[in-house]
Amino acid sequence: MDTSFAQRRRRDLIVAAILAALAALAPLFVKDVYVQNIMVLTLMWGALSQSWNILSGYCGQISLGHALYFGVGAYTTALLFTKFGVLPWFGMLGGGVISALIAMALGYPCFRLRGHYFVIATIVIAEIGLLLFHNWDWAGAALGIDIPIRGDSWLKFQFTRSKLPYFYFALALACVAWLVTWWLEDSKWGFWWRAVKDNPEAAESLGVVVFDSKMGAAAVSAFLVAVGGSFYAQFVSYIDPESVMGFQFSLLMALPAVLGGIGTLWGPMLGAVILIPLTELTRSFIGGSGRGVDLIVYGGLIIAISLARPQGLVGLFSPKRKEAVR
Amino acid sequence: MTAETIMQSLASGLLMGLLYGLIAVGLALIFGLMDVVNFAHGEFLMAAMYMTFFLFAFFAVDPLLSAPLTAAGLFVFGAAVYLLIVRFAVRAKANAGMVQIFSTFGLAIVMRGLAQFFFTPDYRSITHSWLGGKTVSIGGIFLPQPQLVGALVAIAAFVALYFFINRTDFGRALEATREDAGAVALVGIDKNRVFALGWGLGAALVGLAGAIMAIFFYVYPDVGASFALIAYVTVALGGFGSVFGAFAGGIIVGLVEAVTALVLPPSLKSVGIYAVYLLVVFIRPRGLFGSM
Repeated sequence: MDTSFAQRRRRDLIVAAILAALAALAPLFVKDVYVQNIMVLTLMWGALSQSWNILSGYCGQISLGHALYFGVGAYTTALLFTKFGVLPWFGMLGGGVISALIAMALGYPCFRLRGHYFVIATIVIAEIGLLLFHNWDWAGAALGIDIPIRGDSWLKFQFTRSKLPYFYFALALACVAWLVTWWLEDSKWGFWWRAVKDNPEAAESLGVVVFDSKMGAAAVSAFLVAVGGSFYAQFVSYIDPESVMGFQFSLLMALPAVLGGIGTLWGPMLGAVILIPLTELTRSFIGGSGRGVDLIVYGGLIIAISLARPQGLVGLFSPKRKEAVR
Repeated sequence: MTAETIMQSLASGLLMGLLYGLIAVGLALIFGLMDVVNFAHGEFLMAAMYMTFFLFAFFAVDPLLSAPLTAAGLFVFGAAVYLLIVRFAVRAKANAGMVQIFSTFGLAIVMRGLAQFFFTPDYRSITHSWLGGKTVSIGGIFLPQPQLVGALVAIAAFVALYFFINRTDFGRALEATREDAGAVALVGIDKNRVFALGWGLGAALVGLAGAIMAIFFYVYPDVGASFALIAYVTVALGGFGSVFGAFAGGIIVGLVEAVTALVLPPSLKSVGIYAVYLLVVFIRPRGLFGSM
């Protein structure tokens, strides 16, 4: 690759390191629990969207069923802890591995599908998962699982007194998701994925193994999303099928990336930083009445941004980047 | 399980399936016309159900009488949505697919918000209509009248649509535009006008379905969400863009749902529909009647 590409990558890494350091210092100045909560959610959705972006943005396989992996991560952790006393850290890893395996098992038949047929298949599969968890008595069925509090500790990854440990974990997760994307962007996989997205037939003819590269993207994406789900289960300490596997989670994962810039390194984080605080603020200031104003504002914003900047907001920050991508 | 219960549920599945077809056909029409999936389709249904409900509540108009009015209202609404939103979404030069998905999805969220704002999240229902709660017995099988009339309306709508597309000038313009939107401009057809009318027609069809649904189903802001996914599956099952496919897809979905409800717990009845969708597209990646 030419030097400007290498330069850009180095600059991205430096900028990310500075931003992460600034974020890590933020709790020194922000003591308000409500704001800290928004910060945790922003980082979590940023990380999730970054992971979603690997399969749907870079590889171009638009999934609106990632809630399945989120839910599997959350349930694996919660079930292992409540039923067998297994530490959440193992649950997190286990949930990630299970999700990656599910993603590959589902990818095997699904990656033959194109366009809307694929999108609807992902929605439908997540919906089947949701219904099965609804009817699975051992896993709490519709009532869900209340994760018992066993005292604050990193070992059990439970904190009742402070949000800060969750904040730092979410920050770490966001950094990992970003770094994985950054690293993959310049790897063989990254180039394969972009080729598959742009023109699968041409890519195949040039020796890209289209099917394998889709499977790889699906596995990485599902693993990271499941880790996010595990984190979420610990963070809220109560899960039920609707609250971790509902369709809205699939959308919430896609939205930041779409608004920020789909298939870009910075898009998902940028989208999350704008979207999540906005969602939370409209919900608490004008949505409390249950009158739907928050939905009107939120939906209107989605229409406005997707029409006004189809390439996402990320281009606003570096006009040169656009030429590099095109 | 007796033969009678099986016949009974197959019959109600068939009626429901025809209604599903009517709900979904607008989606198939619009997709066939311009390759756009309207992710606010369920909310169009919701709007039609509210319109029917309020015409009944304020003016005591029976849903059967107000159905043409509701369809006309939705026609205007659908054309407006095309002219105000979708027209710009299809122009996007980058990420066209995502822009279509998210602009119509944003519209769905706005519509739900508006419904909550103006009508509150309460569940409403039409308490006494001509058909509500009545059944008719045919050969020992009891059929609910609203669904029966709905199924007949659906068949009539499909027949009318068939003649409309194949026998009228506008129908031919519609077909020509879907074949090649660029070339029709050369023979003096305004592409935007055809697209707007196509959206109007698609919305009017789901409006008709909404008027019937309001007779026997609760009306609430999120009601569209429960039927939207069924509508997508119906259209995809038949093959995107195929109007006849939506008709067949609807019947299949209705029957599969009824059979699943016989063998699995009622809360799992949708699993059967989803499983059949996956099975069909794994074997035929473009649906049953979709063209390559």
